[in-house]
Amino acid sequence: MSALGTYFYNIFHSLYTVIVGMKITIRHLFTRSATVQYPTVKMKIPERARNRLFVNIDDCIGCDQCSIACPVDCITIETIKSTPDMDLGMTSKNTKKRLYVPRFDIDIAKCCYCGLCVWPCPTECIVMTDVYEFAEFDRQNLIYSFSNMTVEEIAAAKERLEKYNGEQAVKKAAAAKESPASISIVPVTPPPINPEPPAVPDSSKV
Amino acid sequence: MIINMGPQHPSTHGVLRLEIVVDGEIIVDCIPHIGYLHRCFEKHCEQMTNYQQVIPYADRMDYCSAMTNEWAFALAAERMLKIEVPERVEYIRVIMAELQRIASHLIAVGTYGIDSGAFTPFLYTFIDREKILDLFEMTCGARLLYNYIWIGGLSHDLPVNFIEQAKDFIKYFRPRIKMLNDLLTYNEIFVKRTANVGVLPKDVAIHYAVSGPQLRGSGVNWDLRRDDPYSVYHKLDWQPQIGKGEVGTVGDCWDRHIVRMREMEQSLNIIEQAIAGLPEGNVKAAIPKRIRPEKDAEIYVRTEASRGELGYYIISDGTASPFRVKARGPAFVNLSVLPEIARGGLIADLVLTAGSIDIVLGEVDR
Amino acid sequence: MKFIQTLLANQVLVSILLSALPLVFIVLMVLVVLYTEMKVAAHIQDRVAYMRTGWHGVLQPIADMLKLLQKEDIIPTKADNVLFRVAPFIAFTGTYVAYAVLPFSSIYIGSNINLGAFFLVAAGSLVVIGILMAGWASNNKWSLFGGIRSAAQMISYEIPTALGVVIVVMITGSLNLQDVTKFQDGGIGNWIVFGGPLPWTQKFMLMPFTLVTFIIMFVASIAEVNRTPFDLPEAESELVQGFNTEYSGMRFAMFYLSEYANLFTVSAVVVSLFLGGWSSPFATFMSGPIWGVFWFVGKAYIFMLIQIWLRWTLPRLRVDQLMFVSWKVLTPWLFVCLFAVGLILVI
Repeated sequence: MSALGTYFYNIFHSLYTVIVGMKITIRHLFTRSATVQYPTVKMKIPERARNRLFVNIDDCIGCDQCSIACPVDCITIETIKSTPDMDLGMTSKNTKKRLYVPRFDIDIAKCCYCGLCVWPCPTECIVMTDVYEFAEFDRQNLIYSFSNMTVEEIAAAKERLEKYNGEQAVKKAAAAKESPASISIVPVTPPPINPEPPAVPDSSKV
Repeated sequence: MIINMGPQHPSTHGVLRLEIVVDGEIIVDCIPHIGYLHRCFEKHCEQMTNYQQVIPYADRMDYCSAMTNEWAFALAAERMLKIEVPERVEYIRVIMAELQRIASHLIAVGTYGIDSGAFTPFLYTFIDREKILDLFEMTCGARLLYNYIWIGGLSHDLPVNFIEQAKDFIKYFRPRIKMLNDLLTYNEIFVKRTANVGVLPKDVAIHYAVSGPQLRGSGVNWDLRRDDPYSVYHKLDWQPQIGKGEVGTVGDCWDRHIVRMREMEQSLNIIEQAIAGLPEGNVKAAIPKRIRPEKDAEIYVRTEASRGELGYYIISDGTASPFRVKARGPAFVNLSVLPEIARGGLIADLVLTAGSIDIVLGEVDR
Repeated sequence: MKFIQTLLANQVLVSILLSALPLVFIVLMVLVVLYTEMKVAAHIQDRVAYMRTGWHGVLQPIADMLKLLQKEDIIPTKADNVLFRVAPFIAFTGTYVAYAVLPFSSIYIGSNINLGAFFLVAAGSLVVIGILMAGWASNNKWSLFGGIRSAAQMISYEIPTALGVVIVVMITGSLNLQDVTKFQDGGIGNWIVFGGPLPWTQKFMLMPFTLVTFIIMFVASIAEVNRTPFDLPEAESELVQGFNTEYSGMRFAMFYLSEYANLFTVSAVVVSLFLGGWSSPFATFMSGPIWGVFWFVGKAYIFMLIQIWLRWTLPRLRVDQLMFVSWKVLTPWLFVCLFAVGLILVI
């Protein structure tokens, strides 16, 4: 096309494409809006949604699997062993609980919402809920503590454990004294020096 | 005059600093400064207790296209451990990756419209993207960073109404591509702005190791899904899209843009075929209990992510966490060609050229 | 009552009151146009904007203005002292004086001078000075770019504007906008865009040329106001806010006001020149002095709607393409129209 031809073509082509574009936008002027008015209307969250974590602390056996699986180390768990005379109850999967969980903190600000902690839990006590409106003004409020043991209960549990350990140690020491075959930490006295040399085995009897 | 298109700028797609030496409005030189989003991804990988924990970190590298990141890492680990995943897992991974490719290209196209001054296509593309993110949220629970493609399988199987909703999406989206083309791509003002701008010649592209839509926009017929095949792409019928210089020279910004638009259509075809051929199976059958590759095993695996060739190089020292993970981010390599193609243009052209490279700073800086 | 009579008898006071009337009109009109723009933009983009302040957000523009009024006035340390402070007011003055010659109705025109259209084009140049000052005085390279581009753009687009005015003046024979509007009075057939109140043969020959002139003047007027697709000086995605970047608070509000006031001015000029100003399209039905204001503002409002529609559809032109459009497309076609109209009027 000659230069003049291109010139005219460009002008009319521009006008044409501009009008095509304007037709599209005016059509959208009358379509329904794609947004909802959020605080008054909330959209539905699917059931597999991964939002805020929740721990059902009554089911927790203190195995620490979730804490190990977390890629950003946002779960902190401390456990105290229970003594055989205390009954901590059963989990929902009918296993016996053997550990107290005095501290189960999740720093939800660090959490990356990957869901890796949910899979290894044997009792399925840690789950991702569909709550997504949990903003706080103070960052300290974002450290969620799920444990429900009071300070006195923790102190009592620790005391019981120490007492139990003490008793166990005493029992072990007493058992060691009675049976010679038991392993003890008592230093062994060296055997007496025999004046006679030990008999040389008869090589002919091999 | 030296002018600074600083880290905070409405159109540098993230925290990228471009130091431009201009003469009037003509650019004499352009020096990109990166590193504002460096998050020590590769170092973090060494601290993880096992390989599976790296997947959430790999997600966050190219946050606009997370499924492809996860898939590349999972492929690398699977090849190192010599795991065979079930057929169903392969097909689902293909569906997810292609949906993710469409979502990522929608962001690229929308923000490219904003760079050139048209604010409306951005909102239209985000409405379409919402539908894709709804599909993802239905499957794995998250909308942007999924932790879905695990080493050896997937974290969840497809929910019951996924197939139907995906088919609805395909039917809904095809006319939308046409509408976006009418509104933006073939608009004469947009064509005049992007034709013959930021021309990347074929040989320069190959020498700088660019990949993805940028490479194909320069006329090079190279697509890793066909030329270095992985998963089931060789069983599906699709074509890589090449730029032909329809409204200007081969390798200009318009070519890259139309390659992205056409790739979205091809992805729709792939998803349709994958849904039709989806076999039954257990998606968690091949997930290993313990991931412990042998000592001194190293592997480099590359895949076609939304922005180009995404590769992971893993060195193992026999323990449960990798010794070294190196990610080859396509956006990083693609960005390196910017000084070359921006010279001689105007500042307005620089904005469009940088936009057509489609960088995501998470991938550039890792 | 006597007090008001003595007040009205005083010429100086009356003229001050009459000249303050457009200011009130500008402020009210800006509120309406702001709201329209945001709502139309939102609905084009498949969303709703502004639902919380007042019913569907009608109080939002007032809230915006209040916000701008009480913002901190930040002045960069190295900014040129006088120029930086004075620039917004010069830009606004340039826009405001143009309201003096707009014929709002058959009985009200701010200043009935015989050079109305010429004065308008001249006053538009004052805005260029304001913008250039803002760009330079901000001590910011991006603002400088914005200011210089804007100066180049506005100066080049004044040529098509002036030529369009010349064509209309050739048909009507007077530069006074009130006379031009009276010339078109009498119904939609008399409007200049359809050839004017001339004998049928002349009208048919004139109609294509006046239509083309009308379209070109409309495009040129969009460029004068720095709206997309010609909004390179304030290109949001390149220059942050162009020459506006360093301004905050009331000074920014001045630029903002002057942009929307300018929008109305150019729409009003196009309407008065081509579409009959305050005259009603039905010859005597709904016509009269008060109806005149309604028609005038209504027609200008429709043009503002079209400009808003264009803004949210099109990408923007690059600087050199802008110049190309002005000098190589708009001006030659207008010369052709000028020649043809002159020929037809003589025959």
